[in-house]
Amino acid sequence: MKTDDLIRLLAADTQVREPLGPAIAVALGVGLAVCAVLLVFQVHLRHDLLTAILQPRVAFKIGVTAAVAVLAIVLLDRIGRPGVPVVGAGRLLLLPLAAVLIAVALELAMTPAASWGERLVGRNPGWCLVYIPVFAAVPLAAILTAMRRAAPESPTRAGAVAGLAAAGMAAAFYAWHCPDDSPLFLATWYVIASAAVTGVGALLGRRLLVW
Amino acid sequence: MSVAQSEEWSQWMRRAIGGDEIAYRTFLQSVTPHLRAIARRRCRAWGMPLSDAEDVVQDVLVTVHLKRGTWDPSRPIGPWLATIVRNRAVDLQRRRGGGGRIAVPLDDVLETLGVEPDDGADDLADAERLIDRLKDPARDIVRSISLGGAGVKETAARLQMTEGAVRVALHRALKTLAALYRSETT
Repeated sequence: MKTDDLIRLLAADTQVREPLGPAIAVALGVGLAVCAVLLVFQVHLRHDLLTAILQPRVAFKIGVTAAVAVLAIVLLDRIGRPGVPVVGAGRLLLLPLAAVLIAVALELAMTPAASWGERLVGRNPGWCLVYIPVFAAVPLAAILTAMRRAAPESPTRAGAVAGLAAAGMAAAFYAWHCPDDSPLFLATWYVIASAAVTGVGALLGRRLLVW
Repeated sequence: MSVAQSEEWSQWMRRAIGGDEIAYRTFLQSVTPHLRAIARRRCRAWGMPLSDAEDVVQDVLVTVHLKRGTWDPSRPIGPWLATIVRNRAVDLQRRRGGGGRIAVPLDDVLETLGVEPDDGADDLADAERLIDRLKDPARDIVRSISLGGAGVKETAARLQMTEGAVRVALHRALKTLAALYRSETT
């Protein structure tokens, strides 16, 4: 086949069947829906939600995890598009990290050292480690499926960011159930669970997002 | 590449994404000589026979085609195109056993996109063997449109298929061809 023949063939397939933006939007919709169902019907909202949500620790826990999800998704969309700079969007992810570090520092400054151990371990570190990956599974699968349409420079990195986005989404939902509100708990167990999901995302991305 | 050139390509591609087949073909035809210049330069640099260059050009074109949904029409197309070219170059070198860390600086590609286009298609390049590996009706559709120069409508009428079915089969066939280019170009 001569190149001119190939061009005729490509031009006949004019319609763009695999736009990236709508695919990511669908993946987010699926992920959010599954997380909401798991939260409401599986682990349930915390009973004292109405009063708890007003406490700064609870609001921070939910807000910072949601911020990670949003920033990771924004970064992911850029990563998926060749030639779009990603460094700035990547650096924005340092903001929630910095926020968590500041929250930890404030917690250490404002609470007695004797209570730190209890705040760190909380009531349910094991559940947190189990449920964040469980919540993240479907969002990660959906996001990776969408990202197969993308063209990331580094499939591994794209997979990692997909994992981080799924973990952020999962954590932002699980946080409505989780009774442990200390930033010490957040900075430990949420971070471990999210790192695991990010790692799985990187491994999958390396295989699935090659183009 | 010149700003004017990039802007012209961007406009064609915008119209192509809006469904303008003529604009899309114009875009692909205009880009091809530049891709050919890059491919030949790479082949020379890597000691590959020049006859492989046309396979590389076709691999890039198919990739541009399948990944055009990742281009944001509000951005210039130059950096997008250069990154696609680089990805294919790196992949090619990796498959040829380049191993280790592969350097294909983006600036080099961008620069090469701007050099003299190379119009002399290599008539030896022949992806016939790739088409033969498709299954019917995909093979028939691909032959009819590419080699026969028929339109989708004619092809659909001849094969007694709906136009939609022909279009879907064509798209799938192009994805298969993309995979074949990657396994064949070594």
